[in-house]
Amino acid sequence: MSRLLRSLLRVALASSLGLAAPVAMSQSAGPDGGLSLPLRGPTPVADPAPAPRIQPIRNTAARETRNYPEQPPVIPHTIEGYQIDLNGNKCLSCHARSRIRESQAPMISITHFMDREGQFLATVSPRRFFCTECHVSQTDAKPPVANSFIDIDSLITHLKAGGSAK
Amino acid sequence: MTGAKFDRRDFLKLEAAAMAVAAAGMAPSAQAANLATDKDTATLDWNKAACRFCGTGCSVMVGVKEGRVVATHGDIKAEVNRGLNCVKGYFLSKMMYGEDRLTKPLLRKKNGVYDKNGDFVPVSWDEAFDVMADKFKAALKKRGPNGVAMFGSGQWTIFEGYAAVKLFKAGFRTNNIDPNARHCMASAVAGFMRSFGIDEPMGCYDDIEATDAFVLWGSNMAEMHPILWTRVADRRLSAPHVKVAVLSTFEHRSFDLADIGMVFKPQTDLILLNAIANHIIKTGRVNKEFVAAHTVFKRGQTDIGYGLRPEHPLQKKAAGAAKPNDATDMSFEEYAAFVSEYTIPKAAELTGVPANRIEALAEIYADPKTKVVSFWTMGFNQHTRGVWANNLAYNLHLLTGKISEPGNSPFSLTGQPSACGTAREVGTFSHRLPADMLVTNKAHRDRAEEIWKLPEGTISDKNGAHAVLQNRMLKDGLINAYWVQVNNNIQAAANALEEGIPGYRNPDNFIVVSDAYPTVTTVCADLILPTAMWVEKEGAYGNAERRTQVWRQLVTAPGEARSDLWQLMEFSKRFKIEDVWTDELLAKKPEYRGKTLFEVLFRNGQVDKFPVSELAPGFANQESEAFGFYVHKGLFEEYATFGRGHGHDLAPYDRYHEERGLRWPVVDGKETRWRFREGSDPYVKAGEGVRFYGYPDGKARIFALPYEPPAESPDETFPFWLVTGRVLEHWHSGSMTRRVPELYSAFPEAVCFMNPDDAAALKLRRGDEIKVESRRGYIRTRVETKGRNTMPPGVVFVPWFDEGQLINKVTLDATDPISLQTDFKKCAVRLALVGEAR
Repeated sequence: MSRLLRSLLRVALASSLGLAAPVAMSQSAGPDGGLSLPLRGPTPVADPAPAPRIQPIRNTAARETRNYPEQPPVIPHTIEGYQIDLNGNKCLSCHARSRIRESQAPMISITHFMDREGQFLATVSPRRFFCTECHVSQTDAKPPVANSFIDIDSLITHLKAGGSAK
Repeated sequence: MTGAKFDRRDFLKLEAAAMAVAAAGMAPSAQAANLATDKDTATLDWNKAACRFCGTGCSVMVGVKEGRVVATHGDIKAEVNRGLNCVKGYFLSKMMYGEDRLTKPLLRKKNGVYDKNGDFVPVSWDEAFDVMADKFKAALKKRGPNGVAMFGSGQWTIFEGYAAVKLFKAGFRTNNIDPNARHCMASAVAGFMRSFGIDEPMGCYDDIEATDAFVLWGSNMAEMHPILWTRVADRRLSAPHVKVAVLSTFEHRSFDLADIGMVFKPQTDLILLNAIANHIIKTGRVNKEFVAAHTVFKRGQTDIGYGLRPEHPLQKKAAGAAKPNDATDMSFEEYAAFVSEYTIPKAAELTGVPANRIEALAEIYADPKTKVVSFWTMGFNQHTRGVWANNLAYNLHLLTGKISEPGNSPFSLTGQPSACGTAREVGTFSHRLPADMLVTNKAHRDRAEEIWKLPEGTISDKNGAHAVLQNRMLKDGLINAYWVQVNNNIQAAANALEEGIPGYRNPDNFIVVSDAYPTVTTVCADLILPTAMWVEKEGAYGNAERRTQVWRQLVTAPGEARSDLWQLMEFSKRFKIEDVWTDELLAKKPEYRGKTLFEVLFRNGQVDKFPVSELAPGFANQESEAFGFYVHKGLFEEYATFGRGHGHDLAPYDRYHEERGLRWPVVDGKETRWRFREGSDPYVKAGEGVRFYGYPDGKARIFALPYEPPAESPDETFPFWLVTGRVLEHWHSGSMTRRVPELYSAFPEAVCFMNPDDAAALKLRRGDEIKVESRRGYIRTRVETKGRNTMPPGVVFVPWFDEGQLINKVTLDATDPISLQTDFKKCAVRLALVGEAR
């Protein structure tokens, strides 16, 4: 990794909304050796931690940026009570090719018409029938640990700005 | 709500982009999202890797730029997944980039020196290994070889598991090494060994496209093996005659594809299995020719106990507990009489499943024209009679001859990406050696010692401590130095409050945990070693259909993080052979005097046979660069010696870099899809047709095994069954997937799925905070009466991915007495309100 990229990463991390630095150590000696577990909270491992409230499912029509083109988009709306079983697939009532004019929802990807051999079918491939294997809705719960993944556009911007590639 | 929200992810990305521009002294042009078309900029470096998560073994294409993973997608060239990944697989790109990666060794210290009650402070690798070696040597001196132990993983690469087995079984001369796969599929292993005398499925995933019916016995494939489920769904929906039966103790997502859904009372799957066998016999559909030619009948030992501590009343009164794996011969007629009491009406009464559904299921097996694939995972394996459940499922396929041919397949799925490749094939279990060999078998030990160039008698002839026993021995102070790699066993093992946590925190013990991220297990340790993960190292996994897959190191681990393999090999340099072997043993191999374990085990003329010049240009290989030879190739080729010519043949190592995996045995360059079948399996000779060559007589075993009750059942004080398990979005204990924001937000914390009427009777509402409490401990969680699972009255489900809700404080450490695998699906709990939802 180039030095420039490393510094880019470090700055991006340090300023990420005041979250703890890597290998966060709490101030006081505790039963857990002072090592913080952001996904658990401050309760010592041997004690029962309080359970956070169940957060509502985010319910908008706004699309999320994908981290990379191949990423299945997350579902920006609730799918509570949606039927996806032997008798039908509720998602297709908006996302099918024939329905998007009416619904203004994104059409399912053309990859979803391909069979195992890569051949296009007349209808959605049954291997893609269960949408929730790849597409998940999002709650309002805020991730306690930030992720320092850098998407390709940021990297390319960096390269174009004179950063070295290897 | 309308309009896009500006969340942290967007903020980070924008900021990162802005920083790059600013750092280069250029004016930011936020709107100028220009197309970058020049080849150097636009090209990503794509390479294959096996997915890091479940046992399906999908191949993933990994896109790298500037030393960072920037994209991943399903590999279109891979037979397993043909371009698909599940939601976890699609987010592999972000798995390594949780911001709290461990980057330095951390040792508990007070006043500058190691102290069990000190706080973790960063130390050098040298200091870490110095302290660790002192503690291991002290434990070896105090208690002998069995004073040390290791707990590894079905997520170890093949090389890592193999190096660990050598270090412990040959180096330290203890068999106290076991993988977390013990929690996962030990019952499947014992089931295979009892029924067939050789481990792992005879069929393969190609059975999915060839079958007429699927039966899921205790397997929620829709969430736990998502890409196999896409193949099942593809088959079911594109061939309308195909039927799907799903059996479980509650309704889950796999029921969405079920023609026959069956919710049975916990533990009564044993009754259903015997009732189907009885139905096959009573309706005259036994394949007599097949049964006569290829099977023998065995009556298994009964009343075998529950793998609890010996002083437990249930163990004391179990008459057959001393020899749970025993069996005696019986005839077909005796077997038929044995199962005759399991009639469909009786089964309906005992299991709670309507008789017509049991009959419909039984007909799938009985009808000679219907090909059937049986799938099972944790519902069978995590079961105090899990080995029996495996044997009883094989019975159905053997009685009807529906086995070892396309579409007819009893198929034990595995949970972990290399449960088969590493835990089983390498033999990282406390009773095993590579290629199905056993430490208690003299000929097997001799063979291992010969391959490893060790004197006779190096390997101990006693089974080592298995997973559950290790925690008990830590608590009892009998194992004093302990190394944990690639697992999170304080979260994963049952009865954490009574066994695991006191064991790790026992002042007599020194606990080392290697991990990529902080976990509840790392904070219970004394030394934490920062670990490289997935494509930060060269790796090899073996999936559930015997497919071995290899990938190259594609990026560099952060900070001082090093692979488990480097850690194992580097640590072995700290021991002189005189530190760990007796004079008597050394006298048989005096040329080893003065050498280190590293020299004896890894500089043995075999592991170090291949020079670094054989590494592929353009790829880093941290371990090989550190040790000066192509470590992975050397380890693999030495390991492959065990299986070649013995039904476990692997191809030459280099070939795996070119293939999307190969299914063993690989003989004359060709993989094997259906074992035991002439024409497909090279080990079956012309004219034999079918030969179950795991046993010298070439015959499989059909077992007579009854219903026996679970270790703990609900009563007035603890009125609910507790079932634990996984969810689609999270891998195991969540240490990787909960650091991916999209996966975290999809299923942020565990909840208690329960029946709405049960909730109403307890005056609980959705979202209320409750205690889930057993005789061993409790957690606080939230009531969920909706969502993906529909619970029957009296049964609750709590997933175990959440380190904030350690449900294994509640579970019982009862095991199958044969496989020694814990039953995580059945214990008794009560529920009580802590606080209301709002």
